[in-house]
Amino acid sequence: MTTIYAAPSFSLRFYPIWRRNFLVWKKLMAASIIGNIAEPLITLIAFGYGLGSILKEINGIPYIHYLASGSICMSVMMASSFEALYSAYSRMSVQRTWDALMNAPLALDDIVLAELLWSATKSLFSGTAILGVMFALGIGLHPQVVLVLPLLFLAGMTFAALGLIMNALARGYDFFTYYFTLILTPMIFVSGVYYPVAQLPSWLQAIAQLLPLHAVVSLVRPLVLGGWPQTPLQDLAILAFYCCAGFYAALIFTRRRF
Amino acid sequence: MKKQRPGAKDNMAETAILSVSKLHKAYGRGADRTSIINDLSFALRRGECYGLLGPNGAGKTTTLRLCLGLATPDSGTILLGGQVIPDHARVARMRVGVVPQADNLDPDFTVQENLLVFARYFGIADAVTRARIPELLEFANLTAKKDARIAELSGGMKRRLTLARALVNDPDLIFMDEPTTGLDPQARHMIWERLKSLLARGKTILLTTHFMDEAERLCNRLAVIDHGKMIAEGAPQALIAQHIEAEVLEVYGENAKAWAEQHGKNHAARLEYSGETVFCYTNDAQSLLTSLQQVQGVRYQHRPANLEDLFLKLTGREMRD
Repeated sequence: MTTIYAAPSFSLRFYPIWRRNFLVWKKLMAASIIGNIAEPLITLIAFGYGLGSILKEINGIPYIHYLASGSICMSVMMASSFEALYSAYSRMSVQRTWDALMNAPLALDDIVLAELLWSATKSLFSGTAILGVMFALGIGLHPQVVLVLPLLFLAGMTFAALGLIMNALARGYDFFTYYFTLILTPMIFVSGVYYPVAQLPSWLQAIAQLLPLHAVVSLVRPLVLGGWPQTPLQDLAILAFYCCAGFYAALIFTRRRF
Repeated sequence: MKKQRPGAKDNMAETAILSVSKLHKAYGRGADRTSIINDLSFALRRGECYGLLGPNGAGKTTTLRLCLGLATPDSGTILLGGQVIPDHARVARMRVGVVPQADNLDPDFTVQENLLVFARYFGIADAVTRARIPELLEFANLTAKKDARIAELSGGMKRRLTLARALVNDPDLIFMDEPTTGLDPQARHMIWERLKSLLARGKTILLTTHFMDEAERLCNRLAVIDHGKMIAEGAPQALIAQHIEAEVLEVYGENAKAWAEQHGKNHAARLEYSGETVFCYTNDAQSLLTSLQQVQGVRYQHRPANLEDLFLKLTGREMRD
């Protein structure tokens, strides 16, 4: 079957599908925004002041600043992955929204693209809320912080692409627990969210360099702290690779499923 | 070159809104590979209701999926509204409405939001849809429920909304996959009445069902398929007349079988046993009736042969699945 491996077909037909998901989000917006603000606020205050009172600073940076600039990346990854796994799976397999879409003049490629962009959008909402909390705590008040938003969107797309591969392979919600506990959680611990990667054994550092979350953190953290990323091209290339390869793989597996 | 005169069949293929020719589809790999659709051909005339009848697993839903371009056939050709399927399925679906077997309405939206959002998938402007929504709600008898959420609707209301949703793009052809399965008699009658009014407006309907009364009532023509093969095609009454005796006596009660063995088989053209009941098929029931009036311990029902008799004759009485 050659059509399964065909190149992705991009078109603006994704928009009404994206808009549908946005409308549903809008209906439940209040609860969603409260969660988006409360969760990082509690985490930052609890960890920042609890752990931060013992561990004053890392490489000359106040710990709460260090933590905030890493955990915004982690939160975007989690928000995007959650949407691409649990929510997309509900629309695909439980509510059968995808089946309804395919009876309209839409193709599977349109749906997968819409889910990718929607997951990234939703994770950006979450990232923006966290940024607001950080500003309120006096963190990240630098002009270059505006660059963080497009980077978070790219991060959202990347993790959505990887999540949609899992979505296409899943036979039920239980499958996603493996992805979260065996892939995403370990990645958080080796990507410099809570402590510098330099603390890790050198072989693990070498692996960490290739991980998408590590790339996001090394792009976003310096911008939040008022500096500039050290290896922006390398980090962007890593993210672009995971995003594009992940999307193509997600398409292949989804086409095979249908 | 010999010039071929356009015969009836060629004409049919040209004017057909949907034509399917020599379709084959198998699923699975290696030794597990099973044929689902086997050399299936049929064509729908504009304005007719065409039924696909078959036991569970006969290939009805697969046929619909193939016609919509949602699955790729192993071989054969499909033309839907003049478009080659599956290559141009997306374009062809602009003019098609689908009522799927399982409801897949959007639970997060109200009744009218479901219509509005679905119309956007066809690229229809909101203003156009908003102007059409009252008429669609009226048709589905859901005007009073326009702001209700999907969870508040009964099964029959959900089916009617699904039907209204299939009409947002004013389609020429509507695919209906078991539209009345799971509905109570009132709800079924209402759906039938709506389908008839669509036919009266010149729409074409492709209907799958395993309710014989539904097919007999609605279909101008129908195909009986089993194991992915067509085993009969035609108008319901013509098919009954062609394949089956005109009258049926259903005989049951404690002595039914004994009577059938001793007397029934001498008078009926054909006998079939199903559980406690003996089905006697005949073109002249008089001698059977006379014989039945002389025995004790049997009860019977005398009726004209119907589509169900035909269906059971063609596909057998064994359980499927």
